[in-house]
Amino acid sequence: MSVAFLLSHLRALPEMLLLVGACALMIADLLSKDERRRLSFWFAQAVLALCFLATLYVIAESEGTRNTIFYGMFVSDLLSHVLKLFAYVAVSAALVYSRQYLFDRGLLRGEFLTLLLFALLGVMVMASANSFITVYLGLELLSLCLYAMVALNRDVAASTEAAMKYFVLGALASGLLLYGMSMIYGATGSLVLPEVAARAGALAAGSESARTLLVFGLVFVVAGLAFKLGVVPFHMWIPDVYQGASTAVTLVIGTAPKIAAFAMALRLLVNGLPGLAVDWQQMLVVLAVLSMALGNLTAIAQSNLKRMLAYSTIAHMGFMLLGLLSGVVGGNNLNAQDAYGAAMFYTAVYVLMSLGAFGVLLLASRKGFECERLEDMKGMNRRDPWVAFLMLLMMFSLAGVPPLAGFYAKFAVISAVVQAGQVWLAVAAVVFSLIGAFYYLRVVKLMYFDDPAGDLAPAGGGGARVLLSVNGLALLAIGVLPQGLMELCQVAIRSL
Amino acid sequence: MNAPLLSLAIWVPIGAALLVLALGGDRNAPLQRWIALAGALAGFAVTLPLYAGFDTATAQMQFVEAAPWIRQFNVNYHLGVDGISMLFVILNSFITVLVVIAGWSVIGSRVGQYYASFLMLSGVMNGVFAALDGVLFYVFFEATLIPMFIIIGVWGGPNRVYAAVKFFLYTLAGSLLMLIALLYLYGKSGGSFAVLDWHKLPLSLSAQTWLFFGFLLAFAVKVPMWPVHTWLPDAHVEAPTGGSVVLAAIMLKLGAYGFIRFSLPILPDAARSLAWLMIALSLIAVVYIGLVALVQVDLKKLIAYSSISHMGFVTLGFFVFNAWGVEGALVQMISHGFVSAALFLCVGVLYDRMHTRMIADYGGVVNTMPRFASLMMLFAMANSGLPATSGFVGEFMVIMGAMQANFWLAFAAATTLVFGAAYTLWMVKRVVFGAVANEHVGALKDLEPRELVVLGLLAVAVLAMGIYPLPLTEVMHASVDELLRHVAQPKL
Repeated sequence: MSVAFLLSHLRALPEMLLLVGACALMIADLLSKDERRRLSFWFAQAVLALCFLATLYVIAESEGTRNTIFYGMFVSDLLSHVLKLFAYVAVSAALVYSRQYLFDRGLLRGEFLTLLLFALLGVMVMASANSFITVYLGLELLSLCLYAMVALNRDVAASTEAAMKYFVLGALASGLLLYGMSMIYGATGSLVLPEVAARAGALAAGSESARTLLVFGLVFVVAGLAFKLGVVPFHMWIPDVYQGASTAVTLVIGTAPKIAAFAMALRLLVNGLPGLAVDWQQMLVVLAVLSMALGNLTAIAQSNLKRMLAYSTIAHMGFMLLGLLSGVVGGNNLNAQDAYGAAMFYTAVYVLMSLGAFGVLLLASRKGFECERLEDMKGMNRRDPWVAFLMLLMMFSLAGVPPLAGFYAKFAVISAVVQAGQVWLAVAAVVFSLIGAFYYLRVVKLMYFDDPAGDLAPAGGGGARVLLSVNGLALLAIGVLPQGLMELCQVAIRSL
Repeated sequence: MNAPLLSLAIWVPIGAALLVLALGGDRNAPLQRWIALAGALAGFAVTLPLYAGFDTATAQMQFVEAAPWIRQFNVNYHLGVDGISMLFVILNSFITVLVVIAGWSVIGSRVGQYYASFLMLSGVMNGVFAALDGVLFYVFFEATLIPMFIIIGVWGGPNRVYAAVKFFLYTLAGSLLMLIALLYLYGKSGGSFAVLDWHKLPLSLSAQTWLFFGFLLAFAVKVPMWPVHTWLPDAHVEAPTGGSVVLAAIMLKLGAYGFIRFSLPILPDAARSLAWLMIALSLIAVVYIGLVALVQVDLKKLIAYSSISHMGFVTLGFFVFNAWGVEGALVQMISHGFVSAALFLCVGVLYDRMHTRMIADYGGVVNTMPRFASLMMLFAMANSGLPATSGFVGEFMVIMGAMQANFWLAFAAATTLVFGAAYTLWMVKRVVFGAVANEHVGALKDLEPRELVVLGLLAVAVLAMGIYPLPLTEVMHASVDELLRHVAQPKL
């Protein structure tokens, strides 16, 4: 085994660092007596910062080329690097937002931090997956950590129930995914995605029976994927988990795992089964339209803000799928870079908006008070004009009103859909966004037009407040100058 | 003339808005008022060189600025004005100054947010008129919704939430389909969002028809045309005075401007083949909504319906496709900008004193507010199209244009002179003249200097435009001729 061969594994340096860091954190936290977990908190942040630097190093070292290591199981390309960078930022922000909230509820324990880092590791493995096995490994690592985090608040019945639901349905989805993978393996004889792609392409073009088997497997893979993305009709867990989990955990579930789900969709469908694009695109059309319809319509009826945001997630993931399904038109993939780039931009912007929206909820919660009902937003403009303004930015961005980032996300996706010639799908998308605008608008209405209900105590402060400002203004900045992030996404997609 | 005047017209008010917001809560209200006024005046001042330096001989875009904005989609920060849009930039900036003064002592709570909303709105609307890039136009067009939503919802009347949400969803519904139309044009033109390139783009009649309806919904809601006008009376009634003024004077013009910039030159064949529909809808607005205005008991509702009726004249003028009609429509837009603003301000003056908008609560105001009464009479006359006021010029030109197209069309349009006079003058009779109706009216105080300045400026504008409209029409000639040339040319 040559030194050069060993050194090539440095392409997985961020993962290694994170694994070591998470293990060290687990042990170090045992020795810490600090109630506020200062050491553990800053240690986790430092690990994230190191990973960030390590990823930048890997980008610089590989000069944006695509390499595989671990015998083709793990791919190190620009797409995976950029997705990982997004994930670090999301997790780091989630830590800052949730620190005070968790402390107030006695949940700021080493378990939370360790599980969060391991979940992130799962996200990273999925982003770099180049084989069915790696996808599955990453997915399970992420999911198991999330199940445990939902259950962390063990004295609350709703949390336990949500964790059970999440676990049972998640296990079912994993089963479906594995079943589908095994069928595709049976047909192609390979687990490595590029090989699967080559063989499946040849098979699909060949005999009808091989194609039937592949499509059969594909259905299961897409079903498993749909569950992880949380799109209709595999969305049942989302509202209950979002509402049942403590807001800090909801924030985690609503952000980095979305990046992972997006990565998984790209790896499995675009990398692994491009030959069956016609088939999976049809499936995604159904999933996307149903999700946008059900998500937006049901969100209107919610009185719980977390549940409303859960349905909004469903709708947004449906919208993101529109980008994924307009890449290949009539057998040629001229539109691919724009379409997948649009979907990636959508995901990134959505994560930013989701972070901000849950960040506001965390900031507005206090010890013994959960800010999670719509009424809790009443009169926010009187209580704390700045936080109200930030929340206004988030809501208008989620609704897709210019000049906020959410508009360009929708714009890029709808553009891809129109260029793919599916104008009716674009019309459906805008009609459902219009319906969606109503419930985001209602939050703004509650904050600005209504008088405060109950006490006037302002929302919390500290570092979370500063970060929230950065988060909100970033949406505005991306809205005014979307060029940079869009370019980053397209460059990343080009490496696919 | 190298200064980026259009950018300044957009960003000076927005910058002032941010400054006002940064000053925080109501503690600093006096300072916020002065900064808002300074920002509005500066915003108005930078638009004046647009007129002074304007070359009336050409239909080319002037004061052009272009810079790449989103390279992936070939979107550019491309600004420029021709003889049509330039006037609206100035009108908008002028009205903003008046709105700032009009709200001076009326708005007591959240002063900074109030002024910031109006200044932002002003900058964004200048952006709509100046944008020459499809996406830029759309962004500005949509961005007007947020401040207006806040203005109606926060400082509005009792039913403000309903009105604000209705306003927002109606206009958003219209404009989302426009987004698809823009993206379709982007694909058809081989990856360009430049509006001027689209003017030359060949399109089949069926594509044009679909696109026409895509744009129609966006613009018709904004204008608003019958039957998608129902948001306007609600929004006007609930909005604070300043909100009503901006809504009527400028925001409605965004829709009409959209027809001129997009529908007519990009889709000339569809525009010609669907002209009957547009003319029919316009006439319904003129006649039917005029009759609806007659029976209103609420002052603001009456003026709101009168606005819809007058905007019907504007769309009618566009779709007769001759110079009289189009120029008349443009003059009418500007005149309506002044007159409707003035009438809403008059209602505001009364409302601030009496806290009622019901016509029945008034009567004999002339006895206690003679100066106000004479100004209101002037604006009412302008609203009903009396010669020597601005209202006459536009209506006369549009009727001339309609006459060239069809006698009966002109006949139907001319009924507005009767209905308009009827509802406006009857309203004035009930509110202003007669004996003092009750002790509240008896206790009214005449105009303060601040109110006198605002209404006085508008009175001067209305009279000047009515007596000598040439400075206005001469800047539009070249651009209107160019527009008509585009419309006459099939591009199938």
